[in-house]
Amino acid sequence: MIAKSGSKRWVSAADAAAKKAGVRVGIPAAKAQALFRGLMLVDADLKTDAAALERITLWALTLYSPIVAVDGVDGIVMDTEGADHLQGGELPMVTKIANQFLARKLTARVAVADTWGAAHACARAISRETVIVPIGQTVRAVEKLPISLLRLAPKIVSDLHTLGFQSIGQLANTARAPLNLRFGPEIGRRLDQIFGRVSEPIDPIRTAELIEVARSFAEPIGAAETINKYVGRLIVQLIEELQKKGLGVRRADLIVDKVDGTRQAIRAGTVKPARDVAWLTKLFRDRTEKIEPGFGIEKLTLVAVIAEPLEETQKSSSLVEEEVTDVSPLIDIYGNRGHKVYRLAPMASDVPERSVQRISAVADPIAVAWVGHWRRPVRLLPRPELITAIALMPDYPPASITWRGKRRKVIRADGPERIFGEWWQRDSEMEAVRDYFVIEDESGERLWVFRSGDGVDPETGDHRWFCHGIFA
Amino acid sequence: MTAARAPRTSEGVSDVISDLRERIASLETSTVKKAGCLAFGVPEMDAALPGGGLSYGALHEFAGGGAGTVDGAAAALFAAGIAARTKGPIVWCLTRPDLFFPALAQVGLNSDRVIFVESDKDEDVLANMEEGLSFGGLGAVVGELVRLPMVGSRRLQLAAERTGTMALAVRRWRRQTEANDFGQPTASTTRWRVSVMPSEDLPVPGVGRPRWFVELMRVKAGGCAEFLVRACDDKGRLDLSAGSADRSHSPGRSVHSA
Repeated sequence: MIAKSGSKRWVSAADAAAKKAGVRVGIPAAKAQALFRGLMLVDADLKTDAAALERITLWALTLYSPIVAVDGVDGIVMDTEGADHLQGGELPMVTKIANQFLARKLTARVAVADTWGAAHACARAISRETVIVPIGQTVRAVEKLPISLLRLAPKIVSDLHTLGFQSIGQLANTARAPLNLRFGPEIGRRLDQIFGRVSEPIDPIRTAELIEVARSFAEPIGAAETINKYVGRLIVQLIEELQKKGLGVRRADLIVDKVDGTRQAIRAGTVKPARDVAWLTKLFRDRTEKIEPGFGIEKLTLVAVIAEPLEETQKSSSLVEEEVTDVSPLIDIYGNRGHKVYRLAPMASDVPERSVQRISAVADPIAVAWVGHWRRPVRLLPRPELITAIALMPDYPPASITWRGKRRKVIRADGPERIFGEWWQRDSEMEAVRDYFVIEDESGERLWVFRSGDGVDPETGDHRWFCHGIFA
Repeated sequence: MTAARAPRTSEGVSDVISDLRERIASLETSTVKKAGCLAFGVPEMDAALPGGGLSYGALHEFAGGGAGTVDGAAAALFAAGIAARTKGPIVWCLTRPDLFFPALAQVGLNSDRVIFVESDKDEDVLANMEEGLSFGGLGAVVGELVRLPMVGSRRLQLAAERTGTMALAVRRWRRQTEANDFGQPTASTTRWRVSVMPSEDLPVPGVGRPRWFVELMRVKAGGCAEFLVRACDDKGRLDLSAGSADRSHSPGRSVHSA
């Protein structure tokens, strides 16, 4: 990749093979050609690059965080505050982000830090795929990094190099006044931003297609009732806009600009396109208590990040027809609170733990059902538990078992119900057999136990006994 | 709140009493929807409940006995049987996802009707149940709970009264010793303990239809009662076992099985 600036041509990007040949970013194009004969040179297309980055940023906006913006010419910045615990912590979150980019054939370097500046510098400095700067460790993380990662103009960076500054730490430990005099306030501002001394709100990316309504306040607002009132009005406005375009909202973000220059966002999602005022109001009302007004709120913005076509449908006006309750608003309430919402459906498998699958709560009704003529326990243990059993081989039920330290005499039993391993799932199940028995002890407790193996052929299992479920 | 029970005294007196009851009910709460009852279809059980069945728009509490306090298997299936006989979607809130749905399908609960909401904390289960109850239009809201404090149960009861949705709380504890918590007062309308009993005798060796010892431990405007029932069939119905319902009942060993 060759970039041009005036008459100067230099390498702006190189692939792995080129790097192996010694081509580095920043060397003149003529030098690169001299390094390797037949080097393929492609002119850099900054415009297309920028457009592609914007496309990727818009896609990222729909993923994790409501506040996502383009960072420089080669990066994306996200405000992940409050988003990490939903993914199980920061490490799973950044891994997931990196993987999602990988799945789209994009190699990303992901860094999480206290400030935009620190994350920007770390993401570009690391050789690993992900890095997490612990809270409060920003200074230690960035002091050794080169000043070129400080988001300064190239001219300033090269001048600082001339003066002998190499790392951010050196620059931070120098008196401010002479630097100000020589280079203007830019260096001080960037240093303060990287260490979090001044706030740097991220301006989220927007396109013309995104439907956005906003309300600015002459006097900052802070009371919960006032916030609720204006959120309600914004929702009505947003719905009107959506109505004009025949769209329904799938994901909406409420962005709160505060007087002190910080920004907070609340995201609400729906399982299917919605254009119902009450439904959306409920979703946001649920969470307006999470807004910290601080010194007051200047501006509320409501954006429909994902909108899908929603056609008007006629409700059946039949008087006799039974009314079916649509539970999707309820599912949304649960989902936005971060709970797992699902339905269970049969899977074509005889192995008990594989016979149930989770499906989306709004999936279409499943016509098939489980085979009903074998007794099934109400509680299935997450893992079969090893028990000791006394039983006549090969196919008698146990006469007594010891489970969880309690010995039970078996009064009645049913079985065996033989279940074969599924060789298409794992090689080890090729021969495997489980013989299930329903047993009842003297107090009436009914358990589901099985013996691995058919009792004759040791290939089919090692004849150990397990308890797998509890009947009612 | 309650409707008149079957007349026991002379006609005139019972008329006056039922009239009084209606007037008291109308005074009690103005927001209560007249929701009606879901009968068990077992005359003895329905007679023990005011209104002749489990009232919709009320909180009902179920716990297991013995080892059932921890696994809650019988209590869950009892609740599933009741839920199966209601109409409309069912929300099932839980923290431990060890329910095996094929068993619930066997008591007539269609998997398409049940929406599971899994959360991490017990308090979330309470909040989710309340949300489901106040949503309205559901058949029943089931929650598997460890703790059910007075305030929480009161909220559930009120939310259920407002919309006429049935709230079913299945109590299950971490340890058997914690189960004496079931003695603490709650605002639930009825409170049941379901213990597993030896199954019915079959003429051949094998496990017959399971039986439960169902104790109605508390009911508003009614007395306690105990029943020995045969467990839910494929429509979620119970029926009374032939055995005696008092505690002296000791299961005789099957003459046929070993």
